[in-house]
Amino acid sequence: MSAAPGAPPAASVSIPVPGGPIFELRSLASRIVTLCWVEVCKVRHDRSELYTRAIQPALWLLIYGETFTRIHAIPTPRGISYLAYLAPGIIGQSALFVAIFYGIQIIWERDAGVLTKLMVTPTPRSALITGKAFAAGLRSVIQAAVVVVLAAILGVSLTGNPLKLIGCAVIVVLGSAFFSCLSMTIAGLALRRDRLMGIGQAITMPLFFSSSALYPVKVMPGWLQVLTKFNPLSYEVDALRGLLIGTPADVTLDVIVLVCVTVAAISAAAALLPRLAKG
Amino acid sequence: MTVLAPGDGTAAPPGPMAAVACEQITYTFGTHTAVDHVDLRIEPGMTFGLLGPNGAGKTTTIRMLVTLLKPVSGRITVFGVNTTARPMLVRRMIGYVPQLLSADGALTGWENVQLFARLFDVPRKQRAGRVDGALAAMGLTDAAHRRAATYSGGMIRRLELAQALVNAPRLLVLDEPTVGLDPIARTDVWDYIAKLRDEFGMTVLMTTHYMDEADAYCDQLALMHLGHIRATGTPADLKASLGEDVTLDEVFRHYTGGTLDEAGEKGGIRNVRRTRSTARRLG
Repeated sequence: MSAAPGAPPAASVSIPVPGGPIFELRSLASRIVTLCWVEVCKVRHDRSELYTRAIQPALWLLIYGETFTRIHAIPTPRGISYLAYLAPGIIGQSALFVAIFYGIQIIWERDAGVLTKLMVTPTPRSALITGKAFAAGLRSVIQAAVVVVLAAILGVSLTGNPLKLIGCAVIVVLGSAFFSCLSMTIAGLALRRDRLMGIGQAITMPLFFSSSALYPVKVMPGWLQVLTKFNPLSYEVDALRGLLIGTPADVTLDVIVLVCVTVAAISAAAALLPRLAKG
Repeated sequence: MTVLAPGDGTAAPPGPMAAVACEQITYTFGTHTAVDHVDLRIEPGMTFGLLGPNGAGKTTTIRMLVTLLKPVSGRITVFGVNTTARPMLVRRMIGYVPQLLSADGALTGWENVQLFARLFDVPRKQRAGRVDGALAAMGLTDAAHRRAATYSGGMIRRLELAQALVNAPRLLVLDEPTVGLDPIARTDVWDYIAKLRDEFGMTVLMTTHYMDEADAYCDQLALMHLGHIRATGTPADLKASLGEDVTLDEVFRHYTGGTLDEAGEKGGIRNVRRTRSTARRLG
C-alpha cells in the first residue's frame, strides 16, 4: 500500500499543464466516456426503470398503433402500415421522455452535494454537461432498443442493416442530448425539483404532439405545420423513419439541425450550471 | 507533457512557497459581506483549522479556495498557482470533501472512487491499484462492492475521503468533516485523517466548529467570525496568550466577544440560505 493512494506529494510535482485543442478534445472525450460509464453502472445495478419506462411505448404501439392501423385514419406513405410509420415516432417519444427529466437528476445531484464535488474536479462545465448529455443519450438508446424489439415482435419490418441501425443510435443520442440539455437549462432557471417536474410535464406533450411523431406534417393545420419546423423532435423522428422504414427523409438536414441545437443547448446549460450549483 | 515551471506567471512571490496563500480576499452575497479582506497563509505539511460558528464565512472561504467561487477582490494561490487564473491546475492539486455527505448512493463504493480516478485523469494502468489502495486506506475494502446507499454516515465520509485521495492531492480540503456523525464515527474519521497526514505529509485544511477536535488535531488555527479572521496561532499559543488553564472555547469568546452558540445566531444571510437549502432537500 506504500505507492497508493496518497502517493507522496513529490509524485504530483510534475503536473501536466492543460492546453491546446488536442488536450481539450481528449479530455472532453474522456469525460464523456466516464459519465456514460456511470450511467451503465446505474442501469446495471437497477434495471427496474428500464422495464417501467417500456410500458408507455408498449401501450402506444399496442393499443393506439394497432387501433389506428385498423381504422386507416392517418394517411401513410404507400406500402407502409401505420404501425410501422408510428414505431420510429414512439422511439423518439420514449427517448424524449427519458431525456426531458434529466434535469431532475442534476438538481438531485446538486441537493446531495455530488454536483459540487464534480465541479471541483478538473472538468470544464461544458465537458460536464456534454458528458451528462451523452449519458442521457446512452440511456435513451437502451430504451430505444427495447422499443425496436417490441415493434419487431408486433410484426413491423424494420431495417436489418447494421449501418442504418447505428445511424439510428446516433440520431437518438443527438436528440436525447438536446432534450437533456434543454432540461438541464430549465433546471438552471427553475432551480427546484418540483418546479422542474411541472415544467417538464407541461412541455413534453406539446413537444410530442407538435412533432411528426404521430402523423405526417401534411395532415396538420397550417399553424401547426409551422410549429413543427421549430421542433427538434420532428427532425429526430424524420431521420429515424428514413433509416428504419425507408420513408423519404432528408437525413443530412436532420443531423445538421440536431447537431446545431445540441451545441446551443449544451452552451446554455453550461452557462447556467454555476447558478444551479449555487442555488 | 509540459511541467509547470516556476516563473511562468503563476508562481507566488519569492520565499518559501505556501500551500495556500490568501491575500485580502473578499466575497459578498448581495449586500452581505461573507468574507471581508481575509489574509491566510498555510505552510505545506500542516493541518490547519479554520474555526468559527455557522455564518462566519468558513465555507465561503473554502469555496473560493477550491475554485467554486471567484473572490470579489483579493487573490488566492495554492502551491503558487492562482485559483482565478488557473482553476483547472489548482483543482488537480486539491482533494475536496464538502460539508454534505455526498457519495452517489446508486453506485458502489468502488465505482464512486473509480469515477473520481477517471475525472482526475489517473492513468488507466494505475487506476485499479489506486482505487483499491484508497479504499483500503479508508478501511472500506470489504464494503467496496456494496452500493453507497447502504453505507452508514461514517462510512460515507470515509468513502468521500477515499474519493479525494485517489488523485494523491497535495492539499486536502475538508469542510466540517465530522458534522452530523456520531461520536464514535467522529473519532474514527479523525484517526483516518491523522493517518493520512502522518503517512503522506499531506497539507490539510479543514473547517470545524468543534473546539475539542480543533484542539486535538490541528497544528495551526485561525479563528473566524463574521467574515474576519480574529486570531491565528497554534492551539497552545492561542490558549497561552490568555493565561493558564484556558480552553479554546474561552479563547474564542475572548476574540469574538461571544460564545460559539451565540455567535452562530448572528450568522445572518448564510444561515438563512442554509436553512432554505435544507428545507429544499427535505421537501
